[in-house]
Amino acid sequence: MDKMNSEKMIRKSFSWFWLIAGLLYFFLPLLATFLFSLKGKKGVLSFVAYQHVFADPNFLNTFRFSLQMSVCTVLAGLGIIVPTAIWIHLRVPKAKPVIEFFTLLPFVIPPIILAFGLIRCYAKPPFALTTSPALLVAGYVVISFPYIYRAVDAGLSVMDLQMLTEAAQSLGAGWGSILFRIILPNLRTALLSAIFLTFATVIGELTLAVLLAWPAFGPYMAFVGRDLAYEPAALAILSFAMTWGAIMLIQIASRGVSGSRFSSGDIH
Amino acid sequence: MPDISAQGRPHTTDAGHISFFRLYAHRIRRQARWLGLAPFFIFLFAFMIIPASSLIVGSFQDNTGALTFDNFIHLLKPNIVSSYLITINLSATTAVLGGLGGLLIAYAISLGGLPQGIRSFVSTFSGVASNFAGVPLAFAFISTLGRAGFITVLLRSIFGIDLYDTGFNLYSFWGLSLTYIYFQIPLMVLIIQPALDGMKKEWREASENLGASAFQYWFHVGIPVLLPSLSAAVILLFGNAFGAYATAYALTGGLINLVPILIGAQIRGNVLHDPNLGYALAFGMIIIMTASIIAYLWLQRLSSRWIK
Repeated sequence: MDKMNSEKMIRKSFSWFWLIAGLLYFFLPLLATFLFSLKGKKGVLSFVAYQHVFADPNFLNTFRFSLQMSVCTVLAGLGIIVPTAIWIHLRVPKAKPVIEFFTLLPFVIPPIILAFGLIRCYAKPPFALTTSPALLVAGYVVISFPYIYRAVDAGLSVMDLQMLTEAAQSLGAGWGSILFRIILPNLRTALLSAIFLTFATVIGELTLAVLLAWPAFGPYMAFVGRDLAYEPAALAILSFAMTWGAIMLIQIASRGVSGSRFSSGDIH
Repeated sequence: MPDISAQGRPHTTDAGHISFFRLYAHRIRRQARWLGLAPFFIFLFAFMIIPASSLIVGSFQDNTGALTFDNFIHLLKPNIVSSYLITINLSATTAVLGGLGGLLIAYAISLGGLPQGIRSFVSTFSGVASNFAGVPLAFAFISTLGRAGFITVLLRSIFGIDLYDTGFNLYSFWGLSLTYIYFQIPLMVLIIQPALDGMKKEWREASENLGASAFQYWFHVGIPVLLPSLSAAVILLFGNAFGAYATAYALTGGLINLVPILIGAQIRGNVLHDPNLGYALAFGMIIIMTASIIAYLWLQRLSSRWIK
């Protein structure tokens, strides 16, 4: 008995040790960045760096641009993936492993490769799309497709789609009302997860935006970092807060929905 | 929608024979269902698969479009070989160290007996930190450990230690590794935690009843069971670091000799500007990524034997 208790103690202190080491590694840079961002004015701590950031018209313009891009990405991504996922669950469950294989492809084709390929294919006629933000959105949809698909798939798996649609049909519902009055309301939390995660990914995205030459928020941040010292720290804190906010919203949205615990890992 | 209840099974006639005509019609209808996936696949092919394949085609062409293998010979230039070696080294280092760190933290929160609140906090934080990459992450490390960074200045003014005199440099290999590990550890926590949760309590109890020590349990049961999941996760981390562009770009301004940075330079046309060489560089990267994903899938299959 004593031996087991002491083993438990060892295990527990071992766990605490690594947890605290991890917390130090993860919070020290955040704390240091935050304190650094307050040093904008010599000798005193102040929020002057944040004021500079917000006063810069380019901050607002690029942020607005990236916000628009993420709204388009969410709409296009959900527009393509939600019907596909529903169709797979209802009619072609055999296609599931195929799609799951494709959700791994953005890993084989990281953004840098994707950007290169898109430029090669769409820079010249007949498909001269590089001057249109639609190509950027298409690239973002490709990047966020694994998250969106996994979230929607998890949401569909926890409801009995077959039974719900049959019940609705036997009550005389058409496909439109099945989709908008039954499936989508039941998918609410999964859709919210997908939306926030897409936002968190697209807002600060650098690779596609910089290589396709769009005035987005990611390239703006990189540009600020080249010339200034304290403003980049403020931007880092702001984007950390935004990412945290997006993930917290996912947590709140998915609370109470069992089986749809959503984990997110980004591929950079 | 016709006969949902039949669910794709052929109708049988009263006599119990399968009507061949109906079977055939049914097959066609069942195949036609795949057409519902067409919009998705058209999109994926147009904006991912064809563009990526066109790079592979391009790597076998010269500027006029004629078939050539010169681009691959150029890949053997010392600076390109060294960029592949540095990138592989960086990805492997951060995958192993980040994987180890992530494993220890995941162990602490899933088997280590820590309070439930800590566990959910760490999971949430891992979601945030694995998404906190790219430019902001680079800025955070510059403000912390850069030449004028907070900790650098703190160490100098309080302890009189100059980090940069000791050989440390944030913009070097180890600085970049330290920064990459910041998104590798949380990704590892997210990937490996389900595997640790799948370790059955009974295994440990059984080995304890048979008199095994904790070390024997881990050496003979725990690690062998986890090994496929662990290696699969580390491979995923490897690929994650290998393709990363934004963090390295923002941290070093594109000065470090990494494969993604070289590819970016080819696209932007500000160094050598030889697109076909760029295609070959991209092709090399696609090959490495494909090899890792195949290894990953194979290991995943192995690990699903034990962990559901």
